[in-house]
Amino acid sequence: MNVRITLRVDGEERSTTVDSRTTLLDALREHLSVTSPKKGCDHGQCGACTVLIDGRRMLSCLKLLVGCDGSDVVTANGLGAASGKSEAVRDPAGELGGLHAVQRAFLDHDGFQCGYCTPGQICSAVGMFEEAAAGQPSHVTTDLADERIVLDDAELRERMSGNLCRCGAYVNILAALRAAQPRSPAGRAPSELPEDGA
Amino acid sequence: MIPFDYQRAAAPADAVAAVAGRPGAAFLGGGTNLVDHMKLGVAGPDLVVDVSELPLNHVLETDTGALRIGATVRNSDLAAHPLVRRRYPALCRALLSGASGQLRNAATTAGNLLQRTRCPYFQDTSTPCNKREPGTGCSAIGGHTREQAILGASAHCIAVHPSDMAVAMLALDASVGVLGPYGERTLPLDALHRLPGDAPEQDTVLRHGELITDVELPARRFAARSTYRKVRDRASYAFALVSVAAALDLDDGVVRDARVALGGVAHAPWRATRAEEVLRGAVASEGTFRQAADAELTAARPYGGNAYKVPMVRNTLVAVLRGLTAERPDRPYPGWHGPGLEEESG
Ligand SMILES: Cc1cc2nc3c(=O)[nH]c(=O)nc-3n(C[C@H](O)[C@H](O)[C@H](O)COP(=O)(O)OP(=O)(O)OC[C@H]3O[C@@H](n4cnc5c(N)ncnc54)[C@H](O)[C@@H]3O)c2cc1C
Ligand code: SF4
Ligand code: FES
Ligand code: FES
Repeated sequence: MNVRITLRVDGEERSTTVDSRTTLLDALREHLSVTSPKKGCDHGQCGACTVLIDGRRMLSCLKLLVGCDGSDVVTANGLGAASGKSEAVRDPAGELGGLHAVQRAFLDHDGFQCGYCTPGQICSAVGMFEEAAAGQPSHVTTDLADERIVLDDAELRERMSGNLCRCGAYVNILAALRAAQPRSPAGRAPSELPEDGA
Repeated sequence: MIPFDYQRAAAPADAVAAVAGRPGAAFLGGGTNLVDHMKLGVAGPDLVVDVSELPLNHVLETDTGALRIGATVRNSDLAAHPLVRRRYPALCRALLSGASGQLRNAATTAGNLLQRTRCPYFQDTSTPCNKREPGTGCSAIGGHTREQAILGASAHCIAVHPSDMAVAMLALDASVGVLGPYGERTLPLDALHRLPGDAPEQDTVLRHGELITDVELPARRFAARSTYRKVRDRASYAFALVSVAAALDLDDGVVRDARVALGGVAHAPWRATRAEEVLRGAVASEGTFRQAADAELTAARPYGGNAYKVPMVRNTLVAVLRGLTAERPDRPYPGWHGPGLEEESG
C-alpha cells in the first residue's frame, strides 16, 4: 500500500509517497536525505536512530512513517540555532556557534570516537533533559514523589542507557552531559559537580 | 516485511470492527514490539489498525478511588503520573525499570501487556518454535534455557513473559477492560495471560478483534507499601532474569494482607498465591519471608541452564519483603541509588 505523508522535519514541511512498510528512519535517510539519524541495529536496541517526535525522544527504526503524518520530527541535524529551524529545541541564546548546547558540550568534552552513535546520543540527551525538567522520575530516583529531579551521574547514566556506544565513549559522554545540563533558575540546578572523571 | 494496509482508527468501536472483520489484521500501539516482529517475519499482518491515537490516553481516579489507566497511555507518562508515583510505587518502579527512555515514550499500556516473549528461538524464524509455528517443536527445550521458565511451563513451550509493568499490575489486583465485536467485558489481569499448555501460540485469552481499552487498579491498603525489584544482567536496559512485585498491609508487625507477583519465571506474569497464603496473618519476619518463598518455589521445575533462578527468586523475594517492612518501604535495598549489588542478588 502506497501512502502520501506530510510531516515537518527539522522545521521544514516535507512530503513523500512511500510504501506503508517504510519506517521513519528509512524515510528520513533514503527518501528525504536526512542522514543524521543512524541505523545501528534496526530493532530498537541501540538508540542510534533516536529523533524527537513532537518533542519526545523516540526510536525512528520502530516507527512506521504512515503513523507520522502531521508529526514534527527533529533530528540532530535540526538542533541548534544554525539550522534556524526547530522552535522547540533550538538554543535560544544562539551563543553557541550555531550549535545546540548539547552538541557544543559533546565537542568540548570529546563525547565521541567514531561518531556513529552521536546524533542519537544528542537527540536523546535533549529529550532526556526535557523529561527531567518536567519532573519525570527514573529507575534510580530515590523519592518517587519528589518532582525536583537532581541529575547526578547515576541519574544521567540511567536516563541515557538506551543509547549504546560501540566505541565505549561513555566517560566523555557523561562529562558532556554534566556540562550540558540546563541550569534552571528555580533552584533545580544540580549540585556542583566535578567536570572530570566518570 | 509482508505488505500491509494501514488504517488509523478514530474510535475504539471502529478499531474493533476493522480488526474483527479481517483474520490477518492486527492492532498497532506504539509499535515497539509489533514493528520489530514484522521486520523479523515473526508477525505478518495484512492490515495494521493504528490504535495509538484513540481517545484512551487518560489516567483517572474513579468514584471508588480506583485508578483507571487508558490503553494508549505511554509507559513514560504513566510512570510520571502523580497518583502512580504516590499511591502505586510498585507500578512506577516497574515501568521505570523497563526498556529505555525512548521506548517508554512510545510504548502503550495495552501494548506492554500484550508484548510477546523474547525467547531467542521465537524471534528467529529459521528455528522450530511451537509458539511461532504450532507443531514444529520447541527449540528451547534441550537448547539455550538460561532465560526460560521455572514455573508453569509445558512440554510444548518454556518461554517467559517479558513485561515488568504487568508483574506490578498483577500484584496490585489490576483488571483489564476489553471491547470486542460482541461488546465489553472486564477480566482480572490474573486471567488475561495463559500458561502454555498445548497451545503456546496463544499468549492470552483474548479473541481476534478484542481491543484492550483500559486497566483498572482498585484502591487497596497494601498498594502504598509496595515495590518492584528487577534482577538483570546489566544495571539498566535489560530484560528481567527474575523480578518481584510485592505489597504488604501491615498491622503492628503482622501481615494483614499481601500480594506477591513474579516476573521472568513463567509464560505469564506469575501471581505467587502460595507465598501470599503463608504471609497472610503471619508475623512479618525473616523466617516468614523465607517460608513464603519456599512455599512458592516447591513447584519450580528448572531446565538446566535456568536453575539459578530458583535461589535468585528466593533471595530477591525475601529481600523485597524485608525492605517493605522498613520505615521507608519504597527504598528497599542498600546501593539503591547507583550500581552495586546486595549480598542476596548473586
Ligand atoms: C530493546 C528493547 C528492550 C526492552 N526492554 C524491556 C524491558 O526491560 N521490560 C519490559 O517490560 N519491556 C521491554 N521492552 C518491550 C516494550 O516494553 C514493549 O515493546 C512495549 O511495551 C510494547 O508496547 P507498544 O505499545 O509499543 O506495543 P505494540 O508493539 O504496538 O503492540 C504489541 C502487541 O499488542 C497489540 N496491541 C497493542 N495495543 C492493543 C490494544 N489496545 N488492544 C489489543 N491489542 C493491542 C498489538 O497488536 C501487538 O500484538 C523492550 C523492547 C525493546 C525493543
Ligand atoms: S520456549 Fe516457547 S517460544 Fe521458545 S522456542 Fe520453545 S515454543 Fe518457542
Ligand atoms: S537503529 Fe533504532 S535502536 Fe538501533
Ligand atoms: S562514538 Fe563510536 S559508537 Fe559511539
